Amino acid sequence: MKALRSFIDGIKPKFEKGGKYHFLHSTFDAFETFLYVPDTVTTKGAHVRDAIDLKRTMSVVVMALVPALLFGMWNVGFQHFLSIGTQVSFWEVFWFGFFKVLPIVVVSYVVGLGIEFVAAQIRGHEVNEGFLVTGMLIPLVMPADVPLWMVTLATAFAVIIGKEVFGGTGMNVFNPALLARAFVFFAYPSYISGDKIWIAGLNKGEGIVDGFSGATPLAKAAAGERFSSMQVWDMFAGFIPGSIGETSTIAILLGAALLIITGVGSWRIMVSVVAGGLCTGLLFNAVGANAYMQLPAYCHLIMGGFAFGAVFMATDPVSAAQTNTAKWIYGFLIGVLAVIIRVVGGFPEGMMLAILFMNAFAPLIDYCVVQSHISRRLKRAAAAQKAA
Amino acid sequence: MVQTVNVKKGLNIKLQGLAEKVLSKCSTPESYAVKPTDFYGITPKMLVDEGGSVKAGAPLFCDKNRPEIVFVSPVAGTLTAINRGERRKILEVVVTPAEENDAIRHVVPDLTSASREELVKFMLQSGVWPFFKQRPYNIVANPKATPKAIFISGFDSAPIAADADFLVNGEAANFQKGLDVLKKLTSGKVHLGLCADYPANNAFERAKGVEITRYKGPHPAGNVGVHIHKLDPVNKGEIVWTMNPQHVVILGRLFETGIYDPSKVVALVGAEVKKPRYYRMIAGAKLSGLSEFTYTGKNPRVISGNVLTGTKVGIDGYLGFYDNEVAVITEGNHHEMLGWAMPRFNKFSMSHTYFSWLFPDKRYNLDTNLNGGRRAFVLSGEYGKVLPMDILPVYLLKAILANDIDKMEQLGIYEVVEEDLALCEFVCTSKIDVQEILRTGINAMIAEMG
Repeated sequence: MKALRSFIDGIKPKFEKGGKYHFLHSTFDAFETFLYVPDTVTTKGAHVRDAIDLKRTMSVVVMALVPALLFGMWNVGFQHFLSIGTQVSFWEVFWFGFFKVLPIVVVSYVVGLGIEFVAAQIRGHEVNEGFLVTGMLIPLVMPADVPLWMVTLATAFAVIIGKEVFGGTGMNVFNPALLARAFVFFAYPSYISGDKIWIAGLNKGEGIVDGFSGATPLAKAAAGERFSSMQVWDMFAGFIPGSIGETSTIAILLGAALLIITGVGSWRIMVSVVAGGLCTGLLFNAVGANAYMQLPAYCHLIMGGFAFGAVFMATDPVSAAQTNTAKWIYGFLIGVLAVIIRVVGGFPEGMMLAILFMNAFAPLIDYCVVQSHISRRLKRAAAAQKAA
Repeated sequence: MVQTVNVKKGLNIKLQGLAEKVLSKCSTPESYAVKPTDFYGITPKMLVDEGGSVKAGAPLFCDKNRPEIVFVSPVAGTLTAINRGERRKILEVVVTPAEENDAIRHVVPDLTSASREELVKFMLQSGVWPFFKQRPYNIVANPKATPKAIFISGFDSAPIAADADFLVNGEAANFQKGLDVLKKLTSGKVHLGLCADYPANNAFERAKGVEITRYKGPHPAGNVGVHIHKLDPVNKGEIVWTMNPQHVVILGRLFETGIYDPSKVVALVGAEVKKPRYYRMIAGAKLSGLSEFTYTGKNPRVISGNVLTGTKVGIDGYLGFYDNEVAVITEGNHHEMLGWAMPRFNKFSMSHTYFSWLFPDKRYNLDTNLNGGRRAFVLSGEYGKVLPMDILPVYLLKAILANDIDKMEQLGIYEVVEEDLALCEFVCTSKIDVQEILRTGINAMIAEMG
C-alpha cells in the first residue's frame, strides 16, 4: 500500500502546474481522490468537518440501487425463459440476465464517465461524482433488449445536453438519467413502444410459446384488464416485464429504506409522490368512467416505473425542489401527474414525463416558498416597528 | 417565571479533550498581543510607536474612523513589535511585559448618578468598549447607538467548549456589577441565556436585573444569536449588543477597582492536550507557555477559540481577544486509502452514512482533514437540520455569492454571524466555506448600508 502511495506521490508533480501532463490534472485528481481521501485540511472557519462527502453520498445511492439491479438481472432471465417456455435453474436464469444487463451498465459508465472526465478537464475542475449514480440509473430504466448504440447515444445526450452545458453536477435542471430515458423514448418511438421490447429475445420472435404477449401491466391496464390478486403480487414482487430495474417494488423498497435511514434520499419527496399517486388514483376510482379509471389506486404504485421514479428519480437532490415545503408540493404533483398521464394522457407510462415536468417547475415552487418566507419575515419586521 | 425555549435543530459534536474543572497554573507568557484582526468593522491606527512603553490599560491603537474607540494594552511593558501582513495590514501589536505591572487608575463614575453618556465615555477611555459587539454584523459596537436589548449567553454549547459556569466561578460580585452597567446602556432588557439541563453557577442564577431564559437542546442552543432570534430578533434598522460573560466580569472589575484587568480563565482543550484543564490567563497572552501541556511531535493545530469558529494561531500565537479557550487538535494532512468507501468507525457524521449515529455517547478525535473535495451545492436540506432559526441558509448564501444586497437583507443577513452558521459549514457535503461566504456578505452589507 505504501508503494502505491509513493508511486502516486512520485508521478504527481508531472500533473501539477508546469508539469508535463498538467493538461490531464483533472483525470489524475479523479483517480487520486478515488484511491485516497485527499490530505486537504481546513484553514479557517470550522476546523473539523463532517466525514461525509459527495463520494460517500453517491456510493450510498449506488448501494441502494443494488437490490433493484440484482433483481432486474434475474428478472431479465426469468422473463426470457418464460417467453420461450423453458424451465431452467435459478443460476442459469440469473446468468442469462447478468450477461444481458452487464454490457448496458458498462457502456453507460464508460460513455458517461468519459464525457465527465473530458468536461472536467476542459473546465479545469475536479471530476464530479454525480455520474456514479446516473451511470447506474440509466441501465435500470432501459428495456432489456435496448441496443448498446442507443444506450451510448442516450447517455451522451444526457450528460452533455442534460448536465454539462449547465455547468456540471449541481447545476443541471433535469435529472440526467431520465433525460437518457426520454431521449430513447422520443428519438426511437417505434423501437421503444409496443410489447416486445421489454423481454430479452422477444423481438427476434423465435420459439415464443403460444399466448405469450410480453405486455407490461401498464399496457394491460390501459387495455382495461383487471388484475387478479396473484397478478398484483407479481407486480409487487417484480415478476413482470418492464425496464430492467423498475419491476420489483420489494427491491426498490429495500433501496428506499437505505436512502431514508442514511438520510441521503428525501423521505418527504418519496412520501408525497406516493400520496399524490394514491389520491389521484382514488379520484379516478370515484369518477370511474372507464376500466382504467376503476383500477384500484394502489396498483398505480406497483406498476411500471412509479416506485422506481419516486425513490430514485424524483429524489435527485439537484433537480428536485430544495426547500422542505416545496418538496412536499413537488412530490405530490409528480404522483398526481404520473397517474393522470397514465390514465387519460395517451402515453403508456407517465412517471418519466411527470418527473421531468416537475423538474422544470421545481425552481418555481421553490421561488414561491422563498417569497412567502421573505414576506413572513417582512411582516415580523413591520410588527416590530409598530410595537416600537 | 423563567421561560424555557426548546431548540430542536442542531448538532452536538462530541470530541475528545473536554477540560476537567480544575484551575491550574501556567508559566508567565513572554509577550502579549492585541490583534486588530480579532475585531470586525475597525481599521487600526497606531497610537504608540515601536519601542514605546505603556502602562496596563494604555491605548495602543484606535479605530481610524471612530477614534474614540481605543484598544488598550493588557499589561504594562514595551511595545516591541508591530507585525504586519500583506499590504502592511497590522496583524499583531506585541507588548513585552515589564517587571512591574503598572496599571492606569481611572476615576470611576458613580453608577447611580452618572448619565449614560458619561458611562459610555468612561468605557471608551478605559478600553473595555470593544467588549460590546453589535448585531447585525458582529462588529465592535457603535458608541453613538442605543441597542434595543443586550444579550449574554451563560453557556457555550460548542464542541468541547469552556464551561461558562466555571469561568465566572467566584466572580459573582463583579458579574453583577457589570450587569448593572449594562442595564444603563440599553433602552430594553438585558437578557441572560442559561442551559435548561442543569442549574448554573450562582453568579448567573442570582443575577439581578436581568431577564433569564433557559434553552434546551443541542448546539447552537448556547449561541447568543439563537437567543436573540428566539426572543427579540434583529429586524432591519434595529441594533442588539452582545457580550460574553467573562467580559461582563472584567467590566464589573473595572467599575469596582478603576483598573483595566483583563485576566480571565481559559480552557485548554482538545485531543492533543495531555490534561485538558483551565488556566488563568490575560487576554492576548502568548500561548507558547501552554506547550508543556500538549503532545509534541504529533503535528497539532492550535486554535484560539472553539473548533468550529476559532482562529488557527499556532503554538507561538496569541490568545484572541474574545476567546475563552484554546483548542489543540490533530492536523489531518494525511491521505486515507479509499476512506470514502470504508466503514470508518472512528469518524463522526451527522448523516447516517457513517455509523456514528449508533454510538451517541462516543467521543471522537476529529482531525482537520476536509474529508473530501469542494463541490457545488448538491444536497439540499442539510443546513436546515442544524440551524434553529427561521432562515433559509442556502438561499442566503446564494444571495451573497450573487452579491444581491436586497435579497441578503430579505433573507435575514442581519440575524446571523459566522458562529451561527458554523454547523452548516461542518455538515456540508460539498465542503463549502460557509463562514467565509457569510463574512463576505456582511462586509458587502456594511459597505452598502454604512
